[in-house]
Amino acid sequence: MALLTMREALNRAMVEEMEKDKNIYLMGEEVGHYQGAYKVSQGMLDKFGEARVIDTPISENGFAGIGVGSAMVGLRPIIEFMTWNFSLVAIDQIINSAAKMLYMSGGQFPMPIVFRGAGGVGGRLAAQHSQAFESWYAHVPGMKVVAPATPKDACGLLKSSILDNNPTIFIESEVLYGMKGEVPDEEFYIPLGKADIKREGTDLTIITWSRALSLVMPAVEDLTKEGINIEVLDLRTLRPLDEEAIMKSVRKTNRALIVEEGWPVAGFGAQIAYLIQKDAFDYLDHPVERVTQRDVPMSYAANLERESLPNPERIKEKIRSMLA
Amino acid sequence: MDFYYQMLLIRRFEEAAAKAYSTGKIGGFLHLYIGQEAVGVGSIATLKPQDYIVSTYRDHGHAIARGLDINKLMAELFGKKTGTSKGNGGSMHFFDKEKHFMGGHGIVGGHISLAAGIAFASKYRKEDSVTMCFFGEGAANIGSFHEGLNLAAIWKLPAVFICENNHYAMGTPEYRALSVKDVSIRAVAYDMARDRIEGDEVCKIRDHIKVAVERARRGEGPTLIEVSTYRFRGHSMSDPAKYRTKEELEKYKQSDPLLRAQLDLLDLGLKKEDLDQMDTEINERVDAAVKFAEESEEPPLSWLYNHVLAEDK
Repeated sequence: MALLTMREALNRAMVEEMEKDKNIYLMGEEVGHYQGAYKVSQGMLDKFGEARVIDTPISENGFAGIGVGSAMVGLRPIIEFMTWNFSLVAIDQIINSAAKMLYMSGGQFPMPIVFRGAGGVGGRLAAQHSQAFESWYAHVPGMKVVAPATPKDACGLLKSSILDNNPTIFIESEVLYGMKGEVPDEEFYIPLGKADIKREGTDLTIITWSRALSLVMPAVEDLTKEGINIEVLDLRTLRPLDEEAIMKSVRKTNRALIVEEGWPVAGFGAQIAYLIQKDAFDYLDHPVERVTQRDVPMSYAANLERESLPNPERIKEKIRSMLA
Repeated sequence: MDFYYQMLLIRRFEEAAAKAYSTGKIGGFLHLYIGQEAVGVGSIATLKPQDYIVSTYRDHGHAIARGLDINKLMAELFGKKTGTSKGNGGSMHFFDKEKHFMGGHGIVGGHISLAAGIAFASKYRKEDSVTMCFFGEGAANIGSFHEGLNLAAIWKLPAVFICENNHYAMGTPEYRALSVKDVSIRAVAYDMARDRIEGDEVCKIRDHIKVAVERARRGEGPTLIEVSTYRFRGHSMSDPAKYRTKEELEKYKQSDPLLRAQLDLLDLGLKKEDLDQMDTEINERVDAAVKFAEESEEPPLSWLYNHVLAEDK
């Protein structure tokens, strides 16, 4: 098994699929000649040429719309947002066009498009460049929302997203691009909508996804030394949501904590908490809890940024209180 | 003659729709095209079957000019399962994949970059298709117009952008909204070909649009065309259009494209009785469409969750 960084794993996923299907193209700012703002598309211009690895001007609304229009007639675009923060100027195309096209046309126009790019909280990038958008897009029916936490998952999930006939929101944590992990050498796919148990345990279930997993794991390791045995469920895909995996785990451990990088109000964790109280109420020994980003825009100051995120200290504190 | 038939069909279809709306059989918004018929008919006449059309929320005229089945269109307005979008779209969202009618779209100007995307796909696959995109002068002020036209121009996409300037963006007259009155002049900013015409003579419109369609087909890039036209009704059925004077409306009614076409046909020697006979036939077709829509079933409740997501590949 090869040890790949997240960006290499994503690159491999795109290359493998583009080699098989000429209808797939990659479009976005700096994806070609610059080799990708975050180097995810490194080498792809040389491999596929300018017709399929397409640099755009700074026009998110425009090139998101180009992607949607081209998908209406059967191309399979991968639209890269340099960061998801910039997707807000294209949100009309994502929600009003991509997500609704199939429904409002009575099933005539499937939308095989992937919107992907860097997301989440960056290293001291302040309020406009540091925020998690999973909850925003997961709110909308008609799309799939994927947020991988490891290089292997990133590769397998992106390949499935590219083959999917629905608009897929694929959010890559900016701070994880350099993370290394084992990725199988042979070709593989990870189905959308299947959660993964990243660690088995008995005392409490942490439900998380994307970068938050890397904040959870150190906390879990620390607590293990205190004799606390935690199960960690990585959702990988928010839409469709693997409710079965959540319920199975919570029914086993009887306690659920959701850890997410996004804000708490109307956040995705609130939806999960609702589902758990509805479907696993009798199994709960403690109210469902959440550790989220604080309910404030992101600060530039290093100490405030750390405090704003669901850091290991906050996670440990919450878990101890739930087991007390 | 064909043009006159199509324009009259659009007019009568929409008059029937307005009537059905006032009795509550059609819901939502209903934006009528009455007065603008010559633009859609003249423009779409220049297209081949492989070409694509992208329309706005005021899409009835474009759909009929493209030859979509008026029974299905009326059924869509009535929200019936036999409609073009199976009742999920309504007035603003007519779609017909077979006819390459790529939708009425409800967000002003948002569809301009979609049209660029369809044209992009034609170029990507080296297919001989042109994409024609309609929008109003109000859409010329939204970012998607700028981004869509700029991308279409730098990539020389086979697209024709037709601004149907009816001089009012809902209730806002153009002089309060456009920094330059001539929308077509914005093409200069994108180094794009442009044209500007009056919208009351259907054959003249066809002749102008044809030049742009051929330019696109030759791979010489997109054109922005502004067609000056006028809607005789309000922005939608709920708009009494009090922001304009009766005199203004009367003035424009003198250059009603249907009236002009009728006079031209009479000049060519057609008899009034023949035109009246055509009107009768069209009215029968429209009545039949209304009957079809009325008698069609509503979509079953089990369809509520249909087409939210496509089946897996």
